[in-house]
Amino acid sequence: MFGYIVKRLLGAIPTMLLIMIAVFALIHIAPGGPFDNKRPMPAEVRANLNATYHLDEPLLVQFGYYLSGVVQGDFGPSYKFKEFTVTELIGQAFPVSLKLGISALIIALLVGVPAGMVAALKRDSLLDLVVMSTSMTGMVIPTFVLAPIMVMVFGVHLKWLPVAGWNHGALPNMVMPVIALSLPYVAYVARMTRGSTLEVLRSNYIRTAQAKGLPMRLVLFRHALKPALLPVVSFLGPAIAGIVVGSVVIERIFGLPGLGRYFVDGAINRDYTLVMGVSIFYAALLLLMNIVVDVAYTFLDPRVKLK
Amino acid sequence: MNQAVLQIENLRVTFNTPDGEVAAVNGIDLNINTGDCVGIVGESGSGKSQMFLAVMGLLASNGAVSGSVCLMGQELIDLPVNRLQAIRGNQVAMIFQDTMTSLAPHLRIERQLSEVLEVHRGMSRTQARAKSLEMLQAVRIPEAEKRLRQYPHELSGGMRQRVMIAMALLCDPQLLIADEPTTALDVTVQADVLDLFDELRRELGVAVVMITHDLGVVADICDSVAVMYAGRVVEQGAMREIFQSPQHPYTQGLLRSTPRVDSPVATMVEIPGQPPNLLAMPEGCAFRERCAYAMDLCASQRPSLASADGRPQRSKACHLNQLEAMSR
Repeated sequence: MFGYIVKRLLGAIPTMLLIMIAVFALIHIAPGGPFDNKRPMPAEVRANLNATYHLDEPLLVQFGYYLSGVVQGDFGPSYKFKEFTVTELIGQAFPVSLKLGISALIIALLVGVPAGMVAALKRDSLLDLVVMSTSMTGMVIPTFVLAPIMVMVFGVHLKWLPVAGWNHGALPNMVMPVIALSLPYVAYVARMTRGSTLEVLRSNYIRTAQAKGLPMRLVLFRHALKPALLPVVSFLGPAIAGIVVGSVVIERIFGLPGLGRYFVDGAINRDYTLVMGVSIFYAALLLLMNIVVDVAYTFLDPRVKLK
Repeated sequence: MNQAVLQIENLRVTFNTPDGEVAAVNGIDLNINTGDCVGIVGESGSGKSQMFLAVMGLLASNGAVSGSVCLMGQELIDLPVNRLQAIRGNQVAMIFQDTMTSLAPHLRIERQLSEVLEVHRGMSRTQARAKSLEMLQAVRIPEAEKRLRQYPHELSGGMRQRVMIAMALLCDPQLLIADEPTTALDVTVQADVLDLFDELRRELGVAVVMITHDLGVVADICDSVAVMYAGRVVEQGAMREIFQSPQHPYTQGLLRSTPRVDSPVATMVEIPGQPPNLLAMPEGCAFRERCAYAMDLCASQRPSLASADGRPQRSKACHLNQLEAMSR
């Protein structure tokens, strides 16, 4: 197990390198630079700035400087927020995104799994129909449509919840962003759980469990639950990725001071180091989560052996 | 001494399918006494498995049962599920064919065995563990202690079938239903498992129903046989008599299509045609279209199961009276 994790972490290094090269190339291909303002600045000042940040050197050399910094854990200074390093900015913003993302993930599992199971157990009933059609709706409405509508209804008209802002993660401020972010995943998890539960309930070992005279509670929770959750667990990897990406949109709409905001601002301002830093951070997070999911899988299915 | 364990009367099992109602079991009577080992023989789709799934109350959700099933004098049909749960795995146990999929892949053998005792006997985990270990040893599983900690996929097919048998016998059931228990095993393991069955049923006095399409299995361990065709019993009697003088053309066909190592004649004759479509059962005898002896009477009137040779133990559902004479 330990050996496997080390192997996977080492295997992630080339992936990270490729991602860094790609992001570095893309952001430099984009027209403009970090110091292009509406107000033109004197040529000497610009030359000085470029020299300070090595922007006057060939791209390959620039990448070399950047890489050697990253290896030492230094993501460089932000070009735009000059008083902060990128590491500091990520340190400030990540807790916000983390809280948002984890809440959305927990809601997705806490609502989606039971809803899917109930729908499977009461197959073809009215309840099943309600769960399935609601989840279909949740899946097809894009977040950027749903979120503004929610803001209009609950923020502007009903005035139940704050329209935007983080307010140190106060509960009323979290409600709408978390719901908007989690809804597609609630829907997806519910449909997935329903499908896998139906399949498991048809399986031979459930028949065996019933033939043994076990009460329904044991049949469901001991014999059916774990296998039914397997597909959901393997979905968690992509789900975490999706929630991370989705939070970029959500943070923008609700004006939350999370990573997503820096990602977007960084890209618009050509804040090279900030974009690089946030991208690398996202990528590392996803690779890590995929490893965590694969390891978690072994706890659910003893037939899976990690090598 | 020979107390009735299972009495089935006029059992019908129907399934509601998109194409219409299908009668998988169509009016069967069967008695099983203590110590009996009854073979239920028939080809796929003859209703032999569905009949006993109905006894266990484990039919698919579109299935319906009518008739009467009495286990130790208690009527099982329409018994509430919680009462049925107390009987399943306790007084009557069932063993399934495909052990790889019939054991829960994510639970250790110990868990799957001990939960039966915890539920039916109210044992503690330690007590249940001790009894489970004892049972694994009784079914001659090597290194039983180690097996308890293993998962099904870590055991061989033969061992998994032994685990299934141990699991079924934990609560000393009066009736053990084995649905093709040896079909998925290779021949040498098959023989071992059948020996084990024979030994256990003599030791424990449990009545055994052996559902199989393999006449060899029946010949090995059964005392009596019921041959099923298209949801009905067509011939019934003591194993030896059925094998020596089959009276129903279908039974004859089955025996002739089975290879025998002890007979000098090595030719095998297949039964022509296909079993009838259960959705559109023909009038009269269901076997008529495949039968070499079919008469006009067979098309108009379905033969009922009646005693043959004037003996109550021996019965067949066929209009022919002197079949042996014609079968040379």
